[in-house]
Amino acid sequence: MSMTAVPAASFPATLLALWRGADFIQKTAIIIGLALVILAVMAPIIAPFDPNSQSLIARLRPPLGFERAKGGYVLGTDELGRDVLSRSLHGLRLTLMLAALGATLGLMLGGVLGLIAGIAGGRTEAVIMAAVDTQIAVPFTLVALFLLAIFGSSLQVIVLVLGLAGWEQYARIVRGEVRRLMKMPFIEAARAAGAGPLRIARYHLLPNIVSPLVVQFTLSLSNIVLLESTLSFLGLGVQPPTATLGAMVGIGRDYMPTAPWIVAAPALMILLITFAVQILGDWLRDGADVRLRAR
Amino acid sequence: MLSYVLRTLSRMVLTFFVIVTIVFFATRLSGNAVDFVIGEGITSEDRDLLIAYYELDEPIFTQYLAFLRAFTDGQFGLSFIERRPVVDMVLERIWPSTQLLLSAMALTLLVSIPLGIAAAIWRNSWVGSAAMVAAFLGYAVPNFVLAIGMVLVFSYWLNWLPVVGNGTALHFIMPTIAMAGVLIAALSRFTRNAMLDVLGQDFMRTARAKGLPEGRVIVKHGLRNAGITLLSVIGLQVAGLAAAGSVVIEAIFAWPGIGDLLVTSALRRDYPVLQFGVLTVALAVIVINAVIDLAYAWADPRLRQSMKG
Repeated sequence: MSMTAVPAASFPATLLALWRGADFIQKTAIIIGLALVILAVMAPIIAPFDPNSQSLIARLRPPLGFERAKGGYVLGTDELGRDVLSRSLHGLRLTLMLAALGATLGLMLGGVLGLIAGIAGGRTEAVIMAAVDTQIAVPFTLVALFLLAIFGSSLQVIVLVLGLAGWEQYARIVRGEVRRLMKMPFIEAARAAGAGPLRIARYHLLPNIVSPLVVQFTLSLSNIVLLESTLSFLGLGVQPPTATLGAMVGIGRDYMPTAPWIVAAPALMILLITFAVQILGDWLRDGADVRLRAR
Repeated sequence: MLSYVLRTLSRMVLTFFVIVTIVFFATRLSGNAVDFVIGEGITSEDRDLLIAYYELDEPIFTQYLAFLRAFTDGQFGLSFIERRPVVDMVLERIWPSTQLLLSAMALTLLVSIPLGIAAAIWRNSWVGSAAMVAAFLGYAVPNFVLAIGMVLVFSYWLNWLPVVGNGTALHFIMPTIAMAGVLIAALSRFTRNAMLDVLGQDFMRTARAKGLPEGRVIVKHGLRNAGITLLSVIGLQVAGLAAAGSVVIEAIFAWPGIGDLLVTSALRRDYPVLQFGVLTVALAVIVINAVIDLAYAWADPRLRQSMKG
């Protein structure tokens, strides 16, 4: 209990120190990341139009400043006369929400399995690690394609599929750390004092595994954004008319020769997300100084 | 060595068996197996006939055994849409996929190994930083964004390159680059790190002290040792990335490969094709990984020695 109190007291100071230690590119990434999150959270307030309201008279209008642009539609309109800016903002919101949910689910699933494998050992560990090896051996895009085709592309299924992406990384990391920590004297001391496996896991193991998990969470976040965008791009993700960034790029692709602005905004947003998240992940990894394999 | 080979092979078979089992039970879990195997749009008598024919009224374990039997007689079912054996449909797609994969791998190796070496040697100058920033950006750009960006510029604006199909050599340019992008980014980072590990070793100093020319030191003593580490990476990372990449890239460029087939069958809910296609690609990735595992063991003299006993 006292363990959580110590970092909490110095949290703002820690953040400030981290910010001072960042170089120019890292600071840029932090600002981009924060800006994207704020835009996503505020999307319903700042989006000028309903993302799904169509206006067939105002179809395929270019962004402001170009010929034929229509007042109010800052980034132009798509093939059904919907506002590209509003759709991009709502798409960003949904993409980030799905990615955060998926990454959290993967963290919990993989973390718990890794913890069980590391503490229990023996046959339990062998089975869990065999599952991890199998998952690593199969490209996840295939798994996702298959699952979405047979279970349908509802939001629940999509979140579950995104949660399955990357659980094996958490399981591997947690199990490795747990096995290392279990040999440490303080665990032996705790056990000698009569602590059960749950207590040891909660108070002695978890606080020591947090930093590699935070790093892995950040790295997997960008993978999940990419996965979700790819699936939506292919038409297997969130179904129309709901806007996600990948789906906007996928559908806008057909109108690219005459209306390239439809894909420009969402594609740029995907780029910015992956760029910012990857830089932050690398930076955190260097900061946490754990030996993790980059994916 | 023999026991290592056997262990690798048995693990390969086991992994594939697990995947086959999961695929079977996932499809049965998803709801009505009848719709899954037979498809929609037939009369109820035909439906009953087919249910009996496919033994779908049997208990699930009997069905599972019947499903496994397909691996002995090759009867994996018919496509809902094209009414052709799925085996034929998948097999005719293998060669185009392989072609694209090989050309993307060739481009990746040609670009990323020199780039990674350069980044390692001149790690403190602008050359190293520029190479790594380029690799980083390549990693952050999703392959479909890269692909449609190229289509926009080189096909629609400049009218230089064709977009659809694999008819001529020109058709290869954009899919190859789009697929290699992420691979180049990944492999040049790995090459750089592997080379950095090697460059500080004593045997490199010895090689220089012997008076060998610098190029020879780097290639013969540096790259050879770094190459062993790279092999293992190429297996796990690159095979996976390439399989995932081919799905997206083939779909964008309508390349007649397995990736394109998987996406269309998933979109059209053509389950028999999807199921067999997924199993084929999974098997391919597992086999490639096993081969690279063995090559890795064979290439590293230390491992080779330790396994002789």
